[in-house]
Amino acid sequence: MGMTMAEKILAVKSGQADVTAGEFVTASVDRVMVHEMLAFMIEIYERHNIPKKVWDVDKVVMLMDHYVPAPTVDAAEMHRKMREFAKETGLTINLDGKEGICHQVMPELGFVKPGDLILGTDSHTTTYGAFGAASTGIGATEMIVVFATGKLWFRVPETIRFDINGKLMERVTSKDVILDIAGKYGTDVAQYKAIEFHGDTVKDMSIASRMVLSNMSIEIGAKFGMIPPDEKTIEFVKSVTDEPFTPQYPDKDAEYENIYQIFVDDLEPKVAIPHSVDNVKSVREIEGLPIQQGFIGSCTNGRIEDLEMAAEILEGNEVHNDVRLIISPASRKVYRDALEKGLIDIFVDAKAIVCNPTCGPCWGGHLGMLGKGERAISASNRNFRGRMGHEESEIYLASPATVAASAIKGKITDPRYV
Amino acid sequence: MEVIKGRIWKFGDNIDTDLIAPGKYLGLPYEQLLEHILEPANPDFPKKVQKGDIVIGGKNFGCGSSREQAPRGLKDLGVGAIIAESFARIFFRNCIGIGLPALTSSDISKHFETGHEAEVDLRNGTITNLTTGKTLETSKLPDMMLEILETGGVLEMLKQGKL
Ligand code: SF4
Repeated sequence: MGMTMAEKILAVKSGQADVTAGEFVTASVDRVMVHEMLAFMIEIYERHNIPKKVWDVDKVVMLMDHYVPAPTVDAAEMHRKMREFAKETGLTINLDGKEGICHQVMPELGFVKPGDLILGTDSHTTTYGAFGAASTGIGATEMIVVFATGKLWFRVPETIRFDINGKLMERVTSKDVILDIAGKYGTDVAQYKAIEFHGDTVKDMSIASRMVLSNMSIEIGAKFGMIPPDEKTIEFVKSVTDEPFTPQYPDKDAEYENIYQIFVDDLEPKVAIPHSVDNVKSVREIEGLPIQQGFIGSCTNGRIEDLEMAAEILEGNEVHNDVRLIISPASRKVYRDALEKGLIDIFVDAKAIVCNPTCGPCWGGHLGMLGKGERAISASNRNFRGRMGHEESEIYLASPATVAASAIKGKITDPRYV
Repeated sequence: MEVIKGRIWKFGDNIDTDLIAPGKYLGLPYEQLLEHILEPANPDFPKKVQKGDIVIGGKNFGCGSSREQAPRGLKDLGVGAIIAESFARIFFRNCIGIGLPALTSSDISKHFETGHEAEVDLRNGTITNLTTGKTLETSKLPDMMLEILETGGVLEMLKQGKL
């Protein structure tokens, strides 16, 4: 019987000819990523008296993105301990807080390759599935095990497939596609499962747009959110790394637990309303709802194509008087590209607030919290109660185009008619 | 470890990690974060939870971020087991990894209320409501996970050279 992408990668990484869903395997990882969760790991190392040890110092990428630059003394202390840990264990890849958000930086700097098994201390580690990697998030304790051994146990997941076909309307994006999927099938449709995204719409998408699908796979429960690599993927990966890689593709007779057919020709801009990502409506249905804050950034929608789309809408306009629009490019590279393309000028002229690359506003860490009763429209990925500030604030998730259009109008607005 | 006995704390569907370990306290020293575990969902919880207490949840318990402060916070406050209709994947893994039993049972919310007393039998996969006398089946964990739980989590396994 054929294998899915998840089965193939887990077979290779556990040294077996084949594996099937439901089996438990111990697999070797190709790369790991740790951010500020490392500070919590250090606490656990110390409290449990575990020697700080890394199985392969070239395979760990350490960076800071959640509290960058450090907004409090406690955060600064976290960072200080992380840097100390990197020195003590001899890590060779310490990006500090200089490069940007983990999930943007990892592929950009060549740390993600098709066929790889990658673990990160962050739930959106599923993002690297866009490059044909099997990648997922784990907690601090399990990362300590990976640091020690380079391996982890996995239950080989069942795979579901989303076949996405059709042509997206102007200003309708991959964000709208994944929100639509969450709305239709719920936040647990892929619980414990691997997803494969197939279809013409996915093929037509840029690498950045595909990353949105894989990134938000975690919001529907997935362990992996994979896209079979194609020429675009291979070309991108070769442009950022010289390391060899072996892409894995699903077999023709691979077994899927379910196949969902999605047609996007008529798909309208979507928005996830509070307080769950599967609470999805068309923007049109709630158009006119006043907002006080907009946010464009995060590992979901802080890439250059997102900023370009926002700039196209913002150019020659001003952010509404009652609204503050916060824009944070997802990485140093995105920031630089945005500068070169003149996008930052457009944002500043439009009276948006441009911040450094950081996770801050996305998870309510710092830089742009919401007050009581305030409503935000955000291009990030989670609208949980209180995530961006006060427990009585509201987050509406949408594409960068919808956020930009809404920021100009001061109310939720369909970007197709701005 | 095999029999866990305590009071029930019941919660609804989609209890996410921001409700369990609120982001705004994550930057504080861990001891202070513990004072706020599950506070947005039930302000009494961090103040009154006792050793051995059992948390009951609905669907998709622990969804959201991979922050291990969520399950660890529950464990360090004394929670002896979590039984939910279903769990989010990373949260479930984290629970097993740190040695906190996490079991599923589809009818759990119907038969248990906050304040009831209950007993969980891990090996047999049952939970008994000592207040009402009702016993429900729970998922049975594979031997590999039971071994991790019985050893006290993966760090203990690591120390004992079992990994
Ligand atoms: S941008 Fe938001 S979702 Fe992405 S890694 Fe940072 S905090 Fe997490």
